[in-house]
Amino acid sequence: MDWTALGLSLRLGVLTVALLLPVAFLLARWLAYGRFRGRGFVEALVALPLILPPTVVGFYLLHAFGRGSPIGAAFEGLLGHPLVFSFEGLVLASVLVNLPFAVQPMQNALAAIPTSVRDAARCCGLSPLAAIRRIELPLALPGIATGAVLTFAHTLGEFGVVLMVGGSIPGETRTIAIAIYDRVQAFDEPAAATMALVLLVMAVAALGISNTLARRAARRD
Amino acid sequence: MQPRSAGLVVTLRQTQPFALDVSFAAPSGRITALFGHSGSGKTTVLRAIAGLQRTAEARILCGDDVWCDTADRAWRPPHLRPVGFVFQDYGLFPHLTVREQLDLALGHRPAAERTPRIEALLELTRLQELGHRRPAALSGGQQQRAAIARALARDPQVLLLDEPFAAVDWALRESLRRELVALQRSLALTVLLVTHDFEDVAKLASHLVVLERGRVAASGTVEDLTARNAVPGIDGWREPAVALDAHIEGHDPHRQLTHIAAGALRLEVPLVDAPPGATVRVQLAAREVILASQRPEGLSLRNTLEAQVITVESAAHPALRLVHLAVGETRLLSLVTADAARDLALEPGKPILALIKAVAIGAFA
Repeated sequence: MDWTALGLSLRLGVLTVALLLPVAFLLARWLAYGRFRGRGFVEALVALPLILPPTVVGFYLLHAFGRGSPIGAAFEGLLGHPLVFSFEGLVLASVLVNLPFAVQPMQNALAAIPTSVRDAARCCGLSPLAAIRRIELPLALPGIATGAVLTFAHTLGEFGVVLMVGGSIPGETRTIAIAIYDRVQAFDEPAAATMALVLLVMAVAALGISNTLARRAARRD
Repeated sequence: MQPRSAGLVVTLRQTQPFALDVSFAAPSGRITALFGHSGSGKTTVLRAIAGLQRTAEARILCGDDVWCDTADRAWRPPHLRPVGFVFQDYGLFPHLTVREQLDLALGHRPAAERTPRIEALLELTRLQELGHRRPAALSGGQQQRAAIARALARDPQVLLLDEPFAAVDWALRESLRRELVALQRSLALTVLLVTHDFEDVAKLASHLVVLERGRVAASGTVEDLTARNAVPGIDGWREPAVALDAHIEGHDPHRQLTHIAAGALRLEVPLVDAPPGATVRVQLAAREVILASQRPEGLSLRNTLEAQVITVESAAHPALRLVHLAVGETRLLSLVTADAARDLALEPGKPILALIKAVAIGAFA
């Protein structure tokens, strides 16, 4: 059992969720309520990580994060070390790859709020921000929770993108999913089995939490 | 609850996404109906007044306050406009109890005032026992009352109602109408009511703006427009009928009758459950008004009125004539056959007797 890898994965999961949720909420809100041309295109772009092979996503991110690219150069100036093969690079990649997992449930939850309810919030004297805080956020909470749970679980299990962007540096970029692969390669079956079981339990727990939240939300109305 | 109500003056113009060119006023302390078929633009007008929608050109005044003036680039966002909006599907917040919804709408008041105000509003809308419930646990009529309570919690200058009775069945509609009228009168509220049901207009509104394809097809008082049979868009599916406000002069409990009067028009109607002096909305259908040249005897009619013919016009059916009458300042309509009109020699200025059965008068108090 590679405790460092598990700790790193959990840290990556928490950070990804924390960074992604606000961004994804704004994006989801824009897609749910915005009236603009090219919405289908933006939606497709957000969904891309779902259908692209992780290695392909990883390949492009590797290039986007590399020293030669403006993003890579900017971050290197900020961090003092290259973005690729670093924990920070992993976090950034994870945020991007998880966009659809966070955005889609939130977008659905926000779109399900009747227009009259959002209008009523304004007519009850709530400013746009207050309307988000007191009406939209609570009503979209099940979608937000689902997005968070899916993002967290998916981050723990991500393999291809992590390998491409981060490699397998212990304590820096070796996540539990990579560690499992690593143990199998080294014919260390028991260690691989233990870690696989940990991931399985976490995935089941995540789905359980997400389903419970959805049911609780359904009971309310 | 102190009445504080201002009138509205509205001008809206746009060409996209559909043409709209309306200008009207809703007087303070009265119910003004915005009547039209679906697609006439009436909901857009209501939403624009609340600030939920923008039109290319707009000028919206509430009393002395400018809510919107595109010429001056003046714009007050919806949460700063003191309107109470009752949405067609009510727009209640599913995650909040009735009490919490009222509390939320009372944000403009100091915290100490909110609790007593909430209780007063619950009592006013007869929801005292239901304040702890969420909308899903309320019946349709209760939801509507909750929506009205929430709209009133805002201490609105104007109450905007979008098809408020569309979602409830016919039996409930009548009692909700009564409640709305009672509420409006007791608070002297300015109400703008969007409806496609002329019954709402005839029973509730004192003023009427008829919208057709984004334009004002007619506007004026309900009494004047109905008495002149000049409401566009209701020909063919609503019989000509005058809707007017009368006041109760007194009751005759022995005979189970109530005396009502509107100007020179004095009528006996079946007992109305309202105190003397109260205002009742009366509907007189043209087909129920019989004309006679002499005072008849041996008839069951309770109401014989001295009237004068204003004009005789053709009616929807070629065999019929619609006779416009004046009883003092008050106007009436009578539907007679063309033969009868000829036999009675009906022509402008001719004195005539208008006979109305007491039971034919719909009094709405």
